[in-house]
Amino acid sequence: MNKKELKRVDIIFDCANCEPLEIVKKALAMKPDEIIDQIISSGLKGRGGAGFPTGLKWKLAKEEKSDTKYVICNADEGEPGTFKDREILDVVPSKVLVGMCICAYAIGAKEGFVYLRNEYNFLLKDLIPLIEKFNKNIQKLGLDFHIKVFSGSGAYICGEESALFESMEGKRGEPRNKPPYPTKVGYNGKPTVINNVETLVYCTMIVRIGVEPFKKLGTNDSRGSKVFSVSGDTSKAGIYELELGVGVDEFVNEFGNGDTKAVQVGGASGHCVPRKDFKNKIIGFEGIPTGGSMMIFNSSRSMYNVLKDYLEFFEEESCGQCTPCRVGTQQLLKGIEAVKHGEKPSSYLNQLLKLTETMRVASKCGLGQSVHNSFSSIVKNFREEMIY
Amino acid sequence: MSKINLTIDNKKVSIEKGKTILDAAKKINVHIPTLCHHEDLCVAGNCRVCVVEVEGQKVLSASCAIPAEEGMVIKTNTPKVRNARKDIVALLVSEHNTQCTTCYRSMNCELQELSAEYNIDNNRYLSVLKPNIEIDRSSWSIEKDDSKCVRCQRCVRTCAELQHVNALTVSGKGKAMKISTFMDLPLNEAVCTNCGQCVIHCPTGALTERRYYDRVWEAIGDEKKHVVMNTAPSVRVAIGEMLGYPVGSRVTGKMVTAMKRMGVDSVLDTDFTADLTIIEEGNELLQRLKKALVDKDASIKLPMITSCSPGWVKFIEHIFPEHLGHLSTCKSPQQMFGALSKTYYAEKKGIDPKDIVSVAIMPCAAKKFEARRPEMKDSGYRDIDAGLTTRELGHMIKQAGLNFSDLEDGTFDSIMGESTGAGVLFGATGGVMEAALRTAYEVVTGREVPFDNLNILPVRGMEGIKDAAIKIEGCLPEWSFLEGVELKVAVAHGLINARQIMDQVAAGESPYHFIEVMACPGGCIGGGGQPIPTNEEIRLKRAAAIYEEDMGMPMRKSHENPEIIKIYKEFLKEPLGHVSHQLLHTTYKKRNHY
Repeated sequence: MNKKELKRVDIIFDCANCEPLEIVKKALAMKPDEIIDQIISSGLKGRGGAGFPTGLKWKLAKEEKSDTKYVICNADEGEPGTFKDREILDVVPSKVLVGMCICAYAIGAKEGFVYLRNEYNFLLKDLIPLIEKFNKNIQKLGLDFHIKVFSGSGAYICGEESALFESMEGKRGEPRNKPPYPTKVGYNGKPTVINNVETLVYCTMIVRIGVEPFKKLGTNDSRGSKVFSVSGDTSKAGIYELELGVGVDEFVNEFGNGDTKAVQVGGASGHCVPRKDFKNKIIGFEGIPTGGSMMIFNSSRSMYNVLKDYLEFFEEESCGQCTPCRVGTQQLLKGIEAVKHGEKPSSYLNQLLKLTETMRVASKCGLGQSVHNSFSSIVKNFREEMIY
Repeated sequence: MSKINLTIDNKKVSIEKGKTILDAAKKINVHIPTLCHHEDLCVAGNCRVCVVEVEGQKVLSASCAIPAEEGMVIKTNTPKVRNARKDIVALLVSEHNTQCTTCYRSMNCELQELSAEYNIDNNRYLSVLKPNIEIDRSSWSIEKDDSKCVRCQRCVRTCAELQHVNALTVSGKGKAMKISTFMDLPLNEAVCTNCGQCVIHCPTGALTERRYYDRVWEAIGDEKKHVVMNTAPSVRVAIGEMLGYPVGSRVTGKMVTAMKRMGVDSVLDTDFTADLTIIEEGNELLQRLKKALVDKDASIKLPMITSCSPGWVKFIEHIFPEHLGHLSTCKSPQQMFGALSKTYYAEKKGIDPKDIVSVAIMPCAAKKFEARRPEMKDSGYRDIDAGLTTRELGHMIKQAGLNFSDLEDGTFDSIMGESTGAGVLFGATGGVMEAALRTAYEVVTGREVPFDNLNILPVRGMEGIKDAAIKIEGCLPEWSFLEGVELKVAVAHGLINARQIMDQVAAGESPYHFIEVMACPGGCIGGGGQPIPTNEEIRLKRAAAIYEEDMGMPMRKSHENPEIIKIYKEFLKEPLGHVSHQLLHTTYKKRNHY
């Protein structure tokens, strides 16, 4: 395992020599394939959590023959415990727009959207004038690309890419069957690249600083750095950009308050790492992947309550269309309550663990599939806290 | 078309590109259970019962939703698949009202079947059935019980894709997700046509027709009451399915005997009033054509559109209220029958109409609403006292303890029991048109329609919108204004096609003189009151039975029906005459658009 020391990085929020239009010009001087090759060779993976290789996504979209293609910035940041996209859009919004521009140029899209989480509408006051100005400027550079903002309505599930398209199309935000994937059939049925806010900024920066400075960071499977939202039992709650591959122990040493019992990596749909595993787990795709949410719990916290909170969240935020997720989330919540209150024997937890396995393999989208992560890691590591 | 080769359960199969894994499995007789899937509807992939293992995939794939791809290796029956399916069915059962013994759809329920197939233990999971779910009985046609809903959205897709009505929709998310109406209005206030297509596409007892058969039993048991039953043309080719016969069986004679054995005083035929409709509606068309072509009367609305399908009538009242003038003013055969049963029939039989209980057996849910429309009482008595579905009659036959297959063939009683093949045709899409043309052409020219065996094939079949043109030549003197006219007609079935036809009418671009519209796909043989399941294959078989029934009739043109000739002579006097206007014609009303 390629474990890294904790290292702070400053790429995302770095504003030195970052005149947005200069970066666009630099990109326009390259061939689309060159840009895609650079993103591929950087090893950049999606920063929203799922970690699909960004360059490959762009390549697939470029290869689609269609007069209409779209670039969408997924700013529906809804995972409990993550707030880094808000900060990025607040502090360096131009870099996000540049990333969209570069993608549009690379794949041949003329229209782009920022799908902004409803709760972030307060950003619109600055974002809309900025985008209007930006649109004019890139037209002047000769790039036929136009960005608009689409404001979501507040459902967690709309952060799932295909539900997001449905929502944009004016329909109910429900995930679609996949395949086909967005690069083939996305928004309005057209080839679409949808990237997380942070991913787009890394694309901007890879074009600006080159592949090497990015690629030398991180591990084999997890190149580069990542922005983390740190919360919970810590005196240093906030947003930090760190090199990927850092050990959970290093992370806890830096951010914990000396009494850390567990770290929930990746929010409600992520994994819970208990103290005994801090040493042998790293943060990255070969260890514990995360979209950025890092919640620290000290020994005063009841992990039963933590899990119950997550399940209450899922029970409400499942779109409700597929059986395993809609009913499964209700069963898990009701089930742990029944065990806690002595209405079901502790062995019922095993039944519930099997249920999360069914949800993992049979749910329609990532929401239902990933409930398993937090449920099994909390129940297996803190079983005694679940029992009456 | 290029072919895809894949392997399912070690069997090789090749199938056209674009087909799903489920299609491929069906082709080699590998059975994969489904629930949200329906042949009539688009793919949903939301129940997840049909999951299979695709080699190389980390998670299972919903076979109804995933396209077959070259080289796929699929396993449909592994421990992983079976465990997942069993869990999924158990989850569905855990949010379901499992009082199957008291459910109308018991023994005809897809969840019940799956639960039995996977031997679901009711204690595997806790019940998450919402407490205090109220059954929506506001509609006169359809009953909605959310406690039995599996949220497969078949009804929602039906209402959107087949009917373009969108009365039903999904509301809420997560555990609060449910099938609802716009603004959660009760069904009777929603823009719903009562067509009942949601009911025949529902896998469980969540959507059912309002049942009125207990009232009918009561009337049958009441010696003071004289119960007359009329049965629609499409009932006789479908009811066998509920009683052990294969799809497409014609069981007219046994059905008549069964109703007599149930104790019905007089078993009569809606086909009789179907024939009557042809005379009235045909004359209405000819009169409109004359006023438009000869008198140049600009107020005359053409095309004229049929009015026998009550789902369609309510649709146009809601969606195209400014075009109600295009509807024929004729009541539907059911309502004509009802009005005559309380007048002509009562008079002839010497029975006080207040003692007559007129019951209609229909392939339809909307007929229940139609029967209760306030204006439908022109004789001073309700035209129809109860409208039942084919399914309800099936239940009544079973309740009566009759062994259907043992029954001898009976014949309809008289009067109002005589009919022609033209009347039978009303049961399938295009049938009213075909029957009307057989009569109208002959009235105008004195010759039979120029089609082999009177079979007007261009208006038959399952194409959504069909059209035909007949050039009228050699007219009888009184119809000379039609000489050389090319009569253009169209047939639409399924409200999504009706909407298309109406968009054309609304834009003033309709090239037609006469249009037949049926609310349900396939016409009445695919009606919302027909046996479940119903799908394209079944509709085709029932339609074929309708045409066989027509061919087997001694008379095949409405105007030759001796009882029709007699009723004009003795009672109605003339088509569109005073009595007809009073009893057989109606008006329509504008309804809310949303």
